[in-house]
Amino acid sequence: MAQSFNRTEMLPALPPPISQRGAVKWMNENLLSSPLNIFLTVVGFAAIVLIIVSAFPWWANSVWNAGSLKECRDIVTASAGEGASGACWAYLRVWWGAVIFGHQYPVDERWRPILTFGLLFVALAPVLFAGQKRSLLIILGAVAAYSLLTLSLAAAPAVPFVLALLGIAALLVLSQVQPAKLLWFTLAFPPLCFWLLWGGSIWTPIVAMAGFAVLYFVFRAASPVIGLAPAAGAGLVAAVLWWLFAQGPIVENLDAILRVELLFVPSDEFGGFLLSTVIGITGITFSLPIGILLALGRQSDMPIVKMLCVIFIEAIRGVPLITLLFVAAFVLGFFLPPNSNFDLLLRVLILVTVFSAAYLAEVLRGSLAALPRGQYEAADALGLDYWRAQRLIILPQALKISIPAIVSSFIGLFKDTTLVTIVALYEPLKGITGLVRADVNWKGIYWEPYIFVGTIFFVFCFGMSRYSKYLEGKLKTDHR
Amino acid sequence: MTMAIDAPRQGFRLSMLIFDTRYRSYTIQAVVLALFVIAIGWLGYNLDQNLSDRGKELSFRFLWQRAGYDIPQTLIPYTNDSVHFRALLVGLTNTLVVAFIGCICATILGVFVGVLRLSNNWLVARLMTVYVEMFRNVPLLLWVLLSYVVLTETMPAPKDFKVTDEMTAAGEAPAASMSFFDTVAVTNRGTNVPAPLLERGLGSIDLGFMSLNLTFLAFVAVIGGSIYANNRIVSDARRRQETTGDRPVTWWKSLLILFGPIAVMLVALGLHWETPVLKGFNFQGGMFIAHAFTALLVALTLYTAAFIAEIVRAGIQAINRGQSEAAFALGLRPGRTMSLVVLPQALRVIIPPLISQFLNLTKNTSLGAVISYSDISGTLGGITRNQTGREIECVFLMMLVYLSISLTISMGMNYYNRSTQLKAR
Repeated sequence: MAQSFNRTEMLPALPPPISQRGAVKWMNENLLSSPLNIFLTVVGFAAIVLIIVSAFPWWANSVWNAGSLKECRDIVTASAGEGASGACWAYLRVWWGAVIFGHQYPVDERWRPILTFGLLFVALAPVLFAGQKRSLLIILGAVAAYSLLTLSLAAAPAVPFVLALLGIAALLVLSQVQPAKLLWFTLAFPPLCFWLLWGGSIWTPIVAMAGFAVLYFVFRAASPVIGLAPAAGAGLVAAVLWWLFAQGPIVENLDAILRVELLFVPSDEFGGFLLSTVIGITGITFSLPIGILLALGRQSDMPIVKMLCVIFIEAIRGVPLITLLFVAAFVLGFFLPPNSNFDLLLRVLILVTVFSAAYLAEVLRGSLAALPRGQYEAADALGLDYWRAQRLIILPQALKISIPAIVSSFIGLFKDTTLVTIVALYEPLKGITGLVRADVNWKGIYWEPYIFVGTIFFVFCFGMSRYSKYLEGKLKTDHR
Repeated sequence: MTMAIDAPRQGFRLSMLIFDTRYRSYTIQAVVLALFVIAIGWLGYNLDQNLSDRGKELSFRFLWQRAGYDIPQTLIPYTNDSVHFRALLVGLTNTLVVAFIGCICATILGVFVGVLRLSNNWLVARLMTVYVEMFRNVPLLLWVLLSYVVLTETMPAPKDFKVTDEMTAAGEAPAASMSFFDTVAVTNRGTNVPAPLLERGLGSIDLGFMSLNLTFLAFVAVIGGSIYANNRIVSDARRRQETTGDRPVTWWKSLLILFGPIAVMLVALGLHWETPVLKGFNFQGGMFIAHAFTALLVALTLYTAAFIAEIVRAGIQAINRGQSEAAFALGLRPGRTMSLVVLPQALRVIIPPLISQFLNLTKNTSLGAVISYSDISGTLGGITRNQTGREIECVFLMMLVYLSISLTISMGMNYYNRSTQLKAR
């Protein structure tokens, strides 16, 4: 009788051979899979080694405390021997204030930009992380800690110090009780920011904001009677009249009653990262609505509106920002009423905003065109009028798909703020670094200031692009 | 029973201009146009007032006045006796030359980096990601300034190249020496490279209003002829391949026809190189390249290449994997798959954003003004504006020039887009 030798139980699986598992397999696949790959790995490795060998000693020998570049070099020679190179970050100790606030911003008032910077994140938080109590708590907590630390370091006067901390604490509580209400702070932030940075009477921004209230009430009162668009026009006219004729006397009277003011700081004294941030944030804030309007105008059925928008967008996009800055510095003054004083920063802000708006309009045009035709038709079929259709159907989708492009255009704008150096504003890259390099003590320093400024720009821009990735994922509603 | 078929016929009432959507757009357009005209009128009025206050008037006659300043780098003949218009042209050629070379270098580097970012070599892909993110997230001005400062501060002074008799006696080497077999000298003032010179130029003929350089024309003619002949050879080969199935070998014919005539012509005209020599305190002879040019070129190339790399990567990734798999299934080798299947499709995605990067690069050449490169924003927008005090005219002309360059490039792009558009069925 034949005996069967069939095995009845499974053998345990052997581990894969050594070349097919773990680090060896990974290296075989990712670094050494072909002769070309081996070559590339060797070249890449050599490049890394070269960079480390040349830069590491320089970095490791950094000097953080010295009075001049020569002193730095002496310290490096004393500690690391003749011929050793070392970074001299000590310049930051001397120039820190100038790099951040500009060399002319009054030293005693530096707590104001510091506080504004903290509050900026409070104002952004409800927009960036809508309704997420945890994120709001983290951000506001960080801002509170930041303000406590930096304001005491900057020796802020007692009254604003206490007021600021109380205010942040109140906002912190509010964010946990009613997160949606935090948006009101976002609305109140622009005038507050203006007042903190430029100073002067507190009534100026408040009365200017009241102009928007006038706009709103006129609009509300008139829109049932004459329709949306004319009512908006009437509101605008009323607001402009308010600003032109009512603003001055009202502010004067209020000043006479109660005088609350900060030391006025003219725009010429802004510099460093303060200047870049002011230009960047203002440009971003104002260019988005203008860009949306331009994009809608370009998509419009009305030939005259369309033509004007196209000419405007293409003319602005066709020239470099530098020429527009030349316009701000040398030409715009000729086109403004005689005896009006628009200072240089304001003129630059206007043109930077215009520039960025034209780019945004082009970005948005792409996404408006990319929306399926059916969306427009569906909005019409629902009987929505133009503005409702745009607000409820078209723009939410168009803005969503253009987020990466919008953010990269904002990144571009923020990087381009450095170009204002061409009209003699003291931005950190050329303006302030130029001052450092012209200083007798620091003559000949170049890697350190450029690396420092570049790193800060990198952190901001890279952060923005990461945030846009996050937002893109969060808003993705299609399940493809 | 009556049925309402048409909209009720009513006479035209004035209120319909606001409430009736059929007529409302006319009202809005009229209002917009009126506002626009008012705004223009207001600006014009202000301009008029401001100009008369300062006793100025708009005029472009300054363009034909003597410029009186020197420009370090000139591609067309220019002296400080030339007129401002000539300075404008010099600036324009300088802008175009840096933009042109920059576009070529940035494309080469960008394609290289973009392909390497997709490589399955982990290390190289990560390195390229670091490069791209580093350059995309830092202002271009930083790269311009940094390369300029590094060039001017770390390079040796011309006197360091000097070999004195004592040195020879002591057997010492000078502090610095020329690179590339003693032909290129990089000093802190600029780069001196050998200049090609012709012993027997063809001269030029004077046409009264301008002079024609015959040598230049001859070169253009020879190169054009070679390219035309090469195209003929290639298209003949293709025809033969399509009719008979086997492709004749053309590469050596192409090489010969492309480079042969020009080499013969160069030898006939007596090409020789003039190398820079240290004379006195500076290098003489050869061609002088200002550091501003080199720095601007390096910065623009590195910066734009990072963007181009992203475009190339996105373009290659946009091609469906099935396309290359299908090509492999048909038995095409990887190289052929790339050149016949993937690239033609990827190029359709890559080229439009690539051209807009070229446009950006061209506009970004205006950053040269910061490191005093004499491009158009340095000559016309800088020194000419300063000297003549004609701000409005200079800035307007400058914008016009940039605008025409941009519009030309985007016209090219539109033409390309139209010609490669997928023909929808």
